[in-house]
Amino acid sequence: MALARETAFPGATRIFEEGEKADRFWIIRSGTVALDVQVPGRGRSVVETVGAGALLGWSWLCPPQQWHLGAETREPVRAWQFDAGAVRNLCAEDPVLGLALVTVVAETIGDRLRATRTRLLDLYGPQGSQASGPTP
Amino acid sequence: MTLVPLPYRVVDRRAETHDTVTLVLEPAGEALNPFVPGQFAMVYAFGIGEIPVSVSRLPGGQRLAHTVRAVGAVSRALCGLPAGAAVGVRGPFGTNWDPAVARGQDLLIIGGGIGLAPLRPLIDSVLAEPYAYGRLNVLAGARTPGDLLYRDEFPAWGRPFGAATVDRPSGDWTGRVGVVTTLLDEALFTPANTTAFVCGPEVMIRATARALIHRGVRPDRIRVSLERNMRCATGHCGHCQLGPLLLCRDGPVVRYDRAEPLLTVREL
Ligand SMILES: Cc1cc2nc3c(=O)[nH]c(=O)nc-3n(C[C@H](O)[C@H](O)[C@H](O)COP(=O)(O)OP(=O)(O)OC[C@H]3O[C@@H](n4cnc5c(N)ncnc54)[C@H](O)[C@@H]3O)c2cc1C
Ligand code: FES
Repeated sequence: MALARETAFPGATRIFEEGEKADRFWIIRSGTVALDVQVPGRGRSVVETVGAGALLGWSWLCPPQQWHLGAETREPVRAWQFDAGAVRNLCAEDPVLGLALVTVVAETIGDRLRATRTRLLDLYGPQGSQASGPTP
Repeated sequence: MTLVPLPYRVVDRRAETHDTVTLVLEPAGEALNPFVPGQFAMVYAFGIGEIPVSVSRLPGGQRLAHTVRAVGAVSRALCGLPAGAAVGVRGPFGTNWDPAVARGQDLLIIGGGIGLAPLRPLIDSVLAEPYAYGRLNVLAGARTPGDLLYRDEFPAWGRPFGAATVDRPSGDWTGRVGVVTTLLDEALFTPANTTAFVCGPEVMIRATARALIHRGVRPDRIRVSLERNMRCATGHCGHCQLGPLLLCRDGPVVRYDRAEPLLTVREL
């Protein structure tokens, strides 16, 4: 936690943009952040929101270290901010810490992957992917 | 429990979403025995057919509220009924949420889509006795904001934690986006001392139960409500069979440790 810095963002603040260099990440303490993607001709589409306790940003861990999505606060957010380069250096010096950290990040990536797959199944349809009833 | 439908009258009708309506029914003569949260009735649209529908509120007296989503002939006919119309009702059928098992524990009440309807009488009964339970968390998921049920009741349910999330945000939606399990990160509960009540489509139930178990909620403390096609609702015709269970009699509310092995069997 020595590498963490307390930070706060007001509501409706862009934290990062798709394609920008991913050199920081956050652990959200309170508030909600919307992750979005720019759809040509349609503006930004929110794909997920993350809230208290969640890791915001994992693109800093692996090449090309660019954000895959944009992030905007939905309400005032308090978070711990980490400098990705410093964390990567620390992990290189201390492989045990490195493995622990990568495991936590991998778990987050796994959670988001599972959530995305479940959404693709049309979770709230009558019979999941076999939905045969009318769709709204 | 009656085997022949008794005549009831629609005394109130409220459109919840573009395809979902809540009907309040009152006996036109003799009343059925009282229902408890989680149970269902067989509701007969005269001349069209009969379908199972859970009670979505027990408004007091001998009234029953049902929230029906129009998906086919019978449910569409029921959704189209005006106040004053007549229906036939049999019941009460099935097992119930049995909130007594959760006394003193934190509660997770998790609904997906129309699955929030059978959970609403449970929420009502918990709110009527707040000191009997630990922390209440109501989590709801829907495809779009327009599909969310009971939006105006949510503020009263959100103590200490309640949240709704949608897959596809639209218009002025400023709430959460993502599947219902993502709300578990913010919910306020101690997994080892929590009872969860889950209702929704089967894929949602499985995904939710797995996420709960992963967080440390015991499988025997997870109650799910399962739906199968029903005909007699009295345990005789076999239409509602799920493995060894006849869901009209042994369900719809089943403990997840009993349901899980049956839900992962591939149907032939
Ligand atoms: C115990 C139990 C409790 C239930 N509680 C409720 C309730 O509170 N509110 C409610 O609206 N429904 C509830 N249902 C589901 C309801 O019984 C069905 O939607 C209904 O039987 C459909 O009949 P239908 O004649 O309108 O459509 P059908 O003509 O039988 O079906 C039309 C189409 O809709 C699809 N379909 C069938 N069931 C569903 C479904 N549940 N959701 C979406 N599509 C479906 C079918 O695959 C078919 O393609 C419950 C079911 C059970 C078993
Ligand atoms: S519906 Fe006939 S046995 Fe259950």
